[in-house]
Amino acid sequence: MKILVAFIILWPFVGFLFNGLGRNYWSKKVIAYKATGYIVASFIASVFAFMHVQTHGAMTVHYFDFIHTASLTIPFDFKVDALSSLFLLVITGVGSLIHLYSTAYMQEESAPHYARYFAYLNLFIFSMLLLVLGDNYIIMFMGWEGVGLCSYLLIGYWFSNGSYNYAAKKAFIMNRIGDLGFLLAIFWIIAKLGTVSYSEVLTVETLSKLSSADITGITLLLFIGAMGKSAQIPLFTWLPDAMAGPTPVSALIHAATMVTAGIYMITRSNILFSHSEITQNVIAIIGISTALLAATIAIKQNDIKKVLAYSTVSQLGYMFLGLGVGAYSGAVFHVITHAFFKALLFLGAGSVIHAMHHEQDIRKMGGLKSKLPITHITFLIGCIAIAGVPPFSGFFSKDEILAAAFEKNKIYWVLGLVGAAMTAFYMFRLYATTFLGKFRGSHEQEAHLHESPLAMTLPLIILAILSAVGGAIGIPEIMGGHHWLAGQLSTIVSAPHEAGLTVSTEWILMGVSVAIAAIALLIALSRYSKQTDEEPSSAIGKFFYNKWYIDELYQKAIIEPLNEFALFLKEFIEKKIIDGAVNGTGKIVQFSARKVRLIQNGQAGYYILFMVLGIITLFLIWFNDIYILRFIHTLTQK
Amino acid sequence: MPIEYYIFLCLTLFSIGVIGVLTRRNAIIVFMCVELMLNAVNLLLVAFSKMNYGAAQAMSSTTTAGIDAQIFVFFIMVVAAAEVSIGLAIIVMMYRNTHSIDINFLNRLKN
Repeated sequence: MKILVAFIILWPFVGFLFNGLGRNYWSKKVIAYKATGYIVASFIASVFAFMHVQTHGAMTVHYFDFIHTASLTIPFDFKVDALSSLFLLVITGVGSLIHLYSTAYMQEESAPHYARYFAYLNLFIFSMLLLVLGDNYIIMFMGWEGVGLCSYLLIGYWFSNGSYNYAAKKAFIMNRIGDLGFLLAIFWIIAKLGTVSYSEVLTVETLSKLSSADITGITLLLFIGAMGKSAQIPLFTWLPDAMAGPTPVSALIHAATMVTAGIYMITRSNILFSHSEITQNVIAIIGISTALLAATIAIKQNDIKKVLAYSTVSQLGYMFLGLGVGAYSGAVFHVITHAFFKALLFLGAGSVIHAMHHEQDIRKMGGLKSKLPITHITFLIGCIAIAGVPPFSGFFSKDEILAAAFEKNKIYWVLGLVGAAMTAFYMFRLYATTFLGKFRGSHEQEAHLHESPLAMTLPLIILAILSAVGGAIGIPEIMGGHHWLAGQLSTIVSAPHEAGLTVSTEWILMGVSVAIAAIALLIALSRYSKQTDEEPSSAIGKFFYNKWYIDELYQKAIIEPLNEFALFLKEFIEKKIIDGAVNGTGKIVQFSARKVRLIQNGQAGYYILFMVLGIITLFLIWFNDIYILRFIHTLTQK
Repeated sequence: MPIEYYIFLCLTLFSIGVIGVLTRRNAIIVFMCVELMLNAVNLLLVAFSKMNYGAAQAMSSTTTAGIDAQIFVFFIMVVAAAEVSIGLAIIVMMYRNTHSIDINFLNRLKN
């Protein structure tokens, strides 16, 4: 078992080394086969690990002690249980498809850059696997940092473009802010419990060792970490900018896997989170606010990837709402279905962008339905899935979260419905503007329109099937299913969400959400199949179009004061005080040297005189040392 | 006689020597002052040795403690005599070359 688990994680690392070190030697074909092959190998190993968990239950594999001191031991252990094995499957499964897709999408790059891309992508998969496999918070943190690094590297993949570098730095810094919270939470746990292993931290006994203030503090700090990684208010602005990276990267990292790390972490620590009412409310409120805020922005965006990016932020908000109301398995369910349909949508968008020669503005598209038939049909499936139309996957997961929200607080449910309506609206606005109506681009673009190669359409087809039927893993009991996923996670999630609603209420809730989604969907279809959005004229339209001016707000409220402060440090503290001290020391030495060197005049008599004076001084000190010491003593006493 | 008398005498002689070296320019006088300092120290050495011998004698009549320093003074005087002859020879050579025994002429060794 040790070897199998090691295989899962080592294959991508081997791929990283292979592509990273050999980038100048291998042909693109070798790179593509190897990079994809390693992830597929990892996927196969993950399937075996998953089967093993199904038959033998959860397991922990110990490799070595990472840190071993008298008071603290941090073992390098991996934990494969229901939760992590599911994540393994999603990461390596969707990861393989995206690697396959990338082999065609990145074909225009030269071989060394092609290899660099796959090296980063493999390293990302490695880090993400480390994150979910780790059996303690430290290993999770290593993976956590690793995915942040890979995200930075891949957003700035086209490093010759300055604004892409800026986006990469923005993502990295925002993640770092969250990481600080995560790190402080780990320190807090170590200080209170002296261990970081899940098996020791996440038990009922430890709850008695922690005061409720401790639990609230730790969980809030952990949530700050999740906020950064999973793009929640106020740390969400990096995610839309992260679309500067290649589109498959957006699909893999910024939609399907990395951004769900926060949800994984909170689900993993759910026993702590369930015991802090305050944190749960904070999570739910931030989650639903993020969902609504991002949805309003998505309605007005015209960049195909930006719409999807804000949609991702919004869906992540839903997941956090689910976590906040205690529907942990619902959140994980939504993570999985979201990984399918959002990866599908991004890859579909990538296919469109590929066909349109790197045009991303949907106002210049339109009528792509007949030109890109496979992309069109798969994209449509993705839109339906995310909009929450039964029986596609998004419906089941979103409905589970909404039902839990209804039970906890009706306001969450109403707001969630509004968000769901907006989701359906902006997704079908995107779909209709891109694929329906007449083509609005240049003639040159029209002449070059083509369906993508098989390496790109195959992942689309597979993901479309998964998006369509993925809901089957969590069909609620009232529909005759037995919610396989909730059963899987029952060992992890401490307080499984009890369906306290009556059957009829649940049917009504479903009906309402489907009806609202359907109405929003039809409005969007009828409105945008013929025309596109003009520049927004109304105040509120402009407000949404400009993303609530949040970037500008951060610019004014945080970045500019920080720059001013840095300028102050540079111009005043650095130049006047520090340089003054340094240069002053030099000047004093030079000045005194200029004066003292006059003594050295070549007259032997003077030398002897100073020698005698020196000896006399030494004698004076020697005979009076007790008085001198006493004097120094009185000085230091004061 | 108390040891302090010897110490004060030596101190006075040594100080006269130091002041002479510092203030006079005549090489022979400077040289004599150096000898004065040397002999002031020699005198002090004999004085301390005698004191030491006397103190030891009071406890045990057969002791020889402190005797060796008195012998050592003779060695110092022998070495000093040799040194004086060399020093005077240098001064004679200096006079032959510069027709002066002013010590300040010696600061131009490079010529």
